[in-house]
Amino acid sequence: MNEHPAPKRKASDYKSEVKPVWCPGCGDYHVLLSLTRMLAASGTPPEQVAVISGIGCSSRIPAYTNCYGFHGVHGRSLALAAGLKVARPDLTVLVMSGDGDGFSIGGNHFLHACRRNIDITYVVMDNQVYGMTKGQPSPTTDPEWDSALAPGGTGIRPFQPLVIALASGANFVARAFSGQPNETARIIHEAVMHPGFSFVQVMSPCVTFRPEQAAWKDAVHPAPVEATDDPARAARRIMTDDGFNIGVLYRGDRPVFDPHSGAEPVPLSALERSFAL
Amino acid sequence: MGRHEEKASFDAAGAAAVGERPRDSVCIAILGSGGAGALTTGGLLLEAAARRGLYGMMTRSVGPQIRGGEAAAFVRLATRPVACMADRFDAVIAIDWRRADRFADELALDAESLLIGDPGKPGDAAAAPVPESLARSGARVVDIAFADLAAAVPGGRENMVALGLAAGLVGIAAEELDGLIAKRLGAKGTAAVEASRAGCAQGLAAAAVLPVRFPLPRPEAEPGPRWRITGNQAAGLGAVQGGVRFAAAYPITPATEVLEWLAPALRRLGGTLVQAEDELASINMIIGASFGGVPALTATSGPGLALMVESLGLAVASEVPIVVVDVMRGGPSTGIPTKSEQSDLNIAVMGCHGDAPHVVVAPLSVGDCRLTTQWAVHLAETLQTVAVVLSDQFLGQSQAVIAPPEPEDFGTRRKVLPRTVEGYRRYELVGDSISPMALPGITGGQYTADGLTHGENALPSSRASDHRAQLDKRAAKLVQADYGAHWAEIEGEGDIAILCWGSLAGAAREAAERLAEAGAPVRLVALRLLAPLRTEALVEALGHRRVLVVEQSHSGQFLNYLRGSGALTGETRSLRRPGPLPIRPGEIAAAVQEWRRS
Repeated sequence: MNEHPAPKRKASDYKSEVKPVWCPGCGDYHVLLSLTRMLAASGTPPEQVAVISGIGCSSRIPAYTNCYGFHGVHGRSLALAAGLKVARPDLTVLVMSGDGDGFSIGGNHFLHACRRNIDITYVVMDNQVYGMTKGQPSPTTDPEWDSALAPGGTGIRPFQPLVIALASGANFVARAFSGQPNETARIIHEAVMHPGFSFVQVMSPCVTFRPEQAAWKDAVHPAPVEATDDPARAARRIMTDDGFNIGVLYRGDRPVFDPHSGAEPVPLSALERSFAL
Repeated sequence: MGRHEEKASFDAAGAAAVGERPRDSVCIAILGSGGAGALTTGGLLLEAAARRGLYGMMTRSVGPQIRGGEAAAFVRLATRPVACMADRFDAVIAIDWRRADRFADELALDAESLLIGDPGKPGDAAAAPVPESLARSGARVVDIAFADLAAAVPGGRENMVALGLAAGLVGIAAEELDGLIAKRLGAKGTAAVEASRAGCAQGLAAAAVLPVRFPLPRPEAEPGPRWRITGNQAAGLGAVQGGVRFAAAYPITPATEVLEWLAPALRRLGGTLVQAEDELASINMIIGASFGGVPALTATSGPGLALMVESLGLAVASEVPIVVVDVMRGGPSTGIPTKSEQSDLNIAVMGCHGDAPHVVVAPLSVGDCRLTTQWAVHLAETLQTVAVVLSDQFLGQSQAVIAPPEPEDFGTRRKVLPRTVEGYRRYELVGDSISPMALPGITGGQYTADGLTHGENALPSSRASDHRAQLDKRAAKLVQADYGAHWAEIEGEGDIAILCWGSLAGAAREAAERLAEAGAPVRLVALRLLAPLRTEALVEALGHRRVLVVEQSHSGQFLNYLRGSGALTGETRSLRRPGPLPIRPGEIAAAVQEWRRS
């Protein structure tokens, strides 16, 4: 991320006047608040920030900011953001997604974004349900959760995004809870500042289809130990914790993807010469 | 099929009647089984001929194997530029005959053709006679023991003997080959060069005993500068000429060479290429880069285009310029990845859900891949839309020796918001329907590009009026655009018009030339712009002529598209065939003459 020391900005400077479509009480309101607070703290001018998303409740967030945004098709936000960041390394690029968009239809891009390690930040608002289509199980849904599409539950083990991210090479891994907007803003800020691909899973309750997630606010707690730079250790901790450890869990130092040669561009005629007989 | 329309069939007698011009062009197939070096030999023959001042092209036909499969180089050499294979092959040179049977469909032979090959000795692993499928053409069989001739020189290789023989067949001298070998094989060391020269000498000597040879004269005038280039390379060159500085890529046959040419080229030009995890990613990467203001392109083939279609609609709706080069292959599904077909017209023009007008263009020759791709970038950038380039395996993977294809100065410039603004509306309804695009970094230009239906202010809207207004806007900007003279190539006069698109222009033009020489001229209309279709201009170009619609698809995609558009107002016939067999000039000429007789 590029530092912009000049004028002091407020969270409201990063918010648009568009009224969210979210249900009252949705966790995503707090993620929006965290995002704008974090941007204000960074001081990056809104026109230097791009917020990229796919489809779903969470993916509506770009238009609620006063930044440049792209609300693309379902599941492809990471690819779109990768192209933007490579073409425009001067921008701060954030990708905002949900558990269906990011881990189901966009699952393959998640693996390769971690692997590629472009300097972007990936925030997934995880509520363990497809909300926009009105309550179907997502990859992170408990196997027993009953729904019209999967009566009696899916019977399928949930996806472990943080572990997958570590295994795939993400350079920064954290878990946050939307009900703690200051802490979430701090974590996202650190994710943005960390070089390479940073992944933040934000537990963001769905009050409409998963009202039982209201209990999350009492279940979450700070991760008991400092983040590690050892992905194996981080993965072991995540696989054995109670799922409510909040904080930065892993900081890596892998080289950041940079396909630019840095050399002085040659004229086109230099390329044509290879065809001449 | 209607009363006035029938599928024309190949009429060899008719083709002969309108006369293939002898000896200003020679067509040779060089075959071999795994690792025999047939493609290398074909490429060297083409280059040797080019050094002599000749023109030509080489298409390739290979099986699905990565290594060790059958391979054929189809080489046409001529005293003038050529854009298609001839009607028939003058000679087949088989380094061995083992898998030659698999090319039988693609080898049009007759009693005047030569089948030159090494049958091997009984008991040899490589021994195989001329396959019946080729012999039944009545072509004269000449046994040349390539293996023995190669074994007679230290380090000799059969394919170099075959190169010498092919050179002798068309009148290329030993010293002309020597210079080429030194240039191409010099890096492998003196011994390799000497072995290759000696192998070629064996082949040249063997050519002397052939019952007939087809020497091509040197061109009378000194030819100007010429290039050896493939359509895939030319498309890459056109892309960067148009200003593309970002590409995203997923490997796919037969488009990969576009990407492999672009990867180092973009680096040298200060741009970048990213290898994506799949085509869903590559299309979205280029949308992201272009949203950031960098002209962007991807190249793929049918299966990849199918995966990209949803996001083509996104780029159309969000008005982000992108270019997709589709190097078509046989379909549907995996189809024939290594061979050509014109069967992606439907998906390219009509694949998107919703009403998603965009540009579809098709290069008319190997060299034209440059101009057409550059034009596609120009149209995408200036119209803020999607441009699909429908190349195909024939154009993409053929090497052609041609005069350097000229680029054009289109003055390509995206209409970008110039400075800090207030009250910016990204999708404002302006006179030419092309609203200025804000790029990230411009203060006050912030907006969220969206695939959701939106109003002028870019915010999502499900209002009927906004939906209609933006649909109208995106349709209008394409209708109002200036496509200049590039939309089609229109040549000649006559009672019948040959109407084709893309790579078939080469064969159609040669057919038209032969008919004109025979005193039976036709009009040729070859479409470069397929969408939006210039219906009125096309109706005018066709006039009141009978129209022969020529295409390489099974169902007649082009014919049906034209019919639906109302561009075909009179008597129409369809000459069509699925890939991978090319439609040859003689067939087109014969279909015209047969129609005139009936």
